[in-house]
Amino acid sequence: MPSAVEMKGITKRFPGVLANDRIDFAVEKGEIHSLLGENGAGKTVLMSVLYGLYRPDEGKIYVNEEEVEIDSPAKAMKLGIGMVHQHFMLIPSFTVAENIVLGKESTKNRVLLDVDKMLDYTERFCERHKLEVDLKAPVHTLPVGVQQRVEILKALYRGADILILDEPTSVLTPQEVEELFRAIRALKQQGKTVIFISHKLKEVLKISDRVTVLRRGRVVGTTRAEEVSPDELAEMMVGRRVVLAPGKRTAESGKVVLRVEHLGTLDDRRLPALRGVTFEVHASEILGIAGVEGNGQTELVEVLTGLREATEGKIFLDATDITKVSPRKRIERGISHVPEDRHKRGLILDFSLMENLILGGHNSPPFVRGGVRLNFEEISNYAERLIDNYSIKTPSKDALTRHLSGGTQQRVILAREFNRKPCLIVASQPTRGLDVGATEYVRNKLVEMRDQGCAVLLISADLDEILALSDRIAVMYEGMIIAVKDPRKTSEQEIGLLMTGGKSG
Amino acid sequence: MANKTEGSSPKAVQLFLRKGSQGILPGLIAVFVAFLVGAILLLVTGYSPLDVYSAMIQGAFGDIFGIGQTLTQATPIIFTGLSFLFASKCGLFNVGAEGQLIVGGFTTALVGISFHGLPIFVHVPLALLAGAVGGGLWGLIPAVLKARLGAHEVITTMMLSYVASYMTSYMVNYPFKAPGWVAQTIMVESSAQLPSILHPTQLSASAFVALVLVFLTHFVLEKTTIGYEIRAVGLNPTAAESGGISIRKSMVLALVISGAIAGIGGAGEVLGVHRRFIDGFSPGYGWDGIAVALVGRLNPVGVVFAAILFGALRSGGMVMTRVTGVPLDIVIMLQAFVILFIAAPMLIRYLMRKRVA
Repeated sequence: MPSAVEMKGITKRFPGVLANDRIDFAVEKGEIHSLLGENGAGKTVLMSVLYGLYRPDEGKIYVNEEEVEIDSPAKAMKLGIGMVHQHFMLIPSFTVAENIVLGKESTKNRVLLDVDKMLDYTERFCERHKLEVDLKAPVHTLPVGVQQRVEILKALYRGADILILDEPTSVLTPQEVEELFRAIRALKQQGKTVIFISHKLKEVLKISDRVTVLRRGRVVGTTRAEEVSPDELAEMMVGRRVVLAPGKRTAESGKVVLRVEHLGTLDDRRLPALRGVTFEVHASEILGIAGVEGNGQTELVEVLTGLREATEGKIFLDATDITKVSPRKRIERGISHVPEDRHKRGLILDFSLMENLILGGHNSPPFVRGGVRLNFEEISNYAERLIDNYSIKTPSKDALTRHLSGGTQQRVILAREFNRKPCLIVASQPTRGLDVGATEYVRNKLVEMRDQGCAVLLISADLDEILALSDRIAVMYEGMIIAVKDPRKTSEQEIGLLMTGGKSG
Repeated sequence: MANKTEGSSPKAVQLFLRKGSQGILPGLIAVFVAFLVGAILLLVTGYSPLDVYSAMIQGAFGDIFGIGQTLTQATPIIFTGLSFLFASKCGLFNVGAEGQLIVGGFTTALVGISFHGLPIFVHVPLALLAGAVGGGLWGLIPAVLKARLGAHEVITTMMLSYVASYMTSYMVNYPFKAPGWVAQTIMVESSAQLPSILHPTQLSASAFVALVLVFLTHFVLEKTTIGYEIRAVGLNPTAAESGGISIRKSMVLALVISGAIAGIGGAGEVLGVHRRFIDGFSPGYGWDGIAVALVGRLNPVGVVFAAILFGALRSGGMVMTRVTGVPLDIVIMLQAFVILFIAAPMLIRYLMRKRVA
């Protein structure tokens, strides 16, 4: 096989960080090659070097077996390299077709946009690449998965033969991931080369021909996907054995902690988001809520934590009706919340670590003295204790939370929420965006809290996570709980089918 | 609930709110560059920058009288600067300090003229309190409009400033007009007057009140749960809400306190400088407060220095005009440059972060 890209001895330093350390990386023509590694392993930096966003300090790059200097994305595009970033670079109000041709529009008389020609051309273009999308739809009306397809089309339209996809699945639902994979395979059949950046083992194994693993800026190894197991890959990534499916519980589940009856609510567009949701969570139990995102999970969490009003139904915590109780009172009654969006709901990024650790408990003793005065002596001791107990990696308790890594930020939230001795934990997408090491930590903590007698409601779009942790699984679909299953007596296929509204056998 | 209120503060204010943008060096550099650019403009228009600046510095700091005038001018904008700062920490853009200052001045004057025979240590605090209540009330109206109806505070606070100005103008032209030609109230009782502290200038004990408020503002914002909640809402309302903080309550509280601070500033002018409420006594202290708060990087101590700078520009500017014949507009231009050069580095940093991200 001729090589499409070869990078030799690439070194890239940033102040204080060696992001890429003499990396050798080779991709064959027409293969799907994954670049796997934890956050901060240097994957994105390496690809940014290939795409001309960064100049390497050392090393050589060959494209189609010719040595090249790539000093800008424009040069990369000229060489047939296209990149789809994690964050899309589309113009939301433009149509799909307009976005695809952006910068290379066909014109009438040099100034007038030739809309018919554009539509006609893009239509044939999409057909050729077997990527279906509604060309006349404005991009902002499309689901994320389709927007991503537009990004891919955009890159292809600019003549990309080598396509770099930077963490493309991190924003997608499982169904969208399936569609993306079909699209990637179709591209391969057309002879395109795909470089797939990811930190998700299963996806990498599913889609790749070969995998190159990076750890702390170095290549750990390159292997054929069918010759390696997930455990081996995880070990390569992290450098030690990892346990992503911690042991099942030892204790029997206890009394009912949370009972929800016929709960209903509206979403932000004032449409029904929850419809007659009824379930119970017991002490020493993890109830997993499986479901494709957008089926009411976010709203359920908000109603339970008091951030959204219930339009019908009741919520009982330890047999007390808390339906109308304020968020603050719910915190005081022992509900802890690990929000799905750390940055939006979980942390105040411009607060110090210490300040974030007391959020929610900031106006109860021992943090308050004389009514309103914050007791900083107590707060600092507390912060230092938590930093220790939860191994929060930080230069100091005064560090700005914004400057901590994603995994560390999640630890800050866990420390704050779990150290309150909650009776109920509502954990929503708790490992989203985290690397393997951090995921392992979060899952173990959740199990530990359950084993200490907590009731845990786990909401996750990651079916593996639900199956690995839950003692019971409830499936949510269109704002309803449509089934409750025992994980020992169900399968991934059955849950997956239920998640999409299908009936189980 | 959150939708209505989140993201209310303009990006620019968010930028100023971020930690790590403090320290006095950037401020000093900005002032220096502003004067440098001003010098070029003066040269181009045919004046000697050296003469103009030395007249200005001489006028602002050259003698006791100059220093007194500078501090007298600085005092009210310390209050309005703190007022803007306080609301901005909650993510609110209170541009209505002008109105809050005027209303506070008026309610103070009412208390100052209505009570007779009170001892000074009762009457002065009572009159100052009246200023806080008046200004606070003028902050409460936009706060309630925002919390209940989602009305944007930039619009409401600005509009209410005009209401305040015309309403008090009516009051001192008709019901409370002192005998004579001028639209003003009668003098407040001597028991309500803040003593002068630097004869023969107009500098009064109001400056001390300002310094106390500088400390109090810092204390409340940084050391109490009230401040903690206000700052949390300012930096991330949705996360604050998840932490059990009521966004509305914090916003209302922040705007009321913000208005009260400006109101006390108005009280200081009435009790210390004019000894009565005069129609149009504020030449725009409220608006200057916004600039001073930003130049002072939303730090209470920074506000003091920025206010002194602005006060010096005002008092020195008058002397400069008299001595050199350069129009007073140059002072306004210099003020604008200072603001520009303070804001520019932040803007650049912001844009750079966007590119990297």
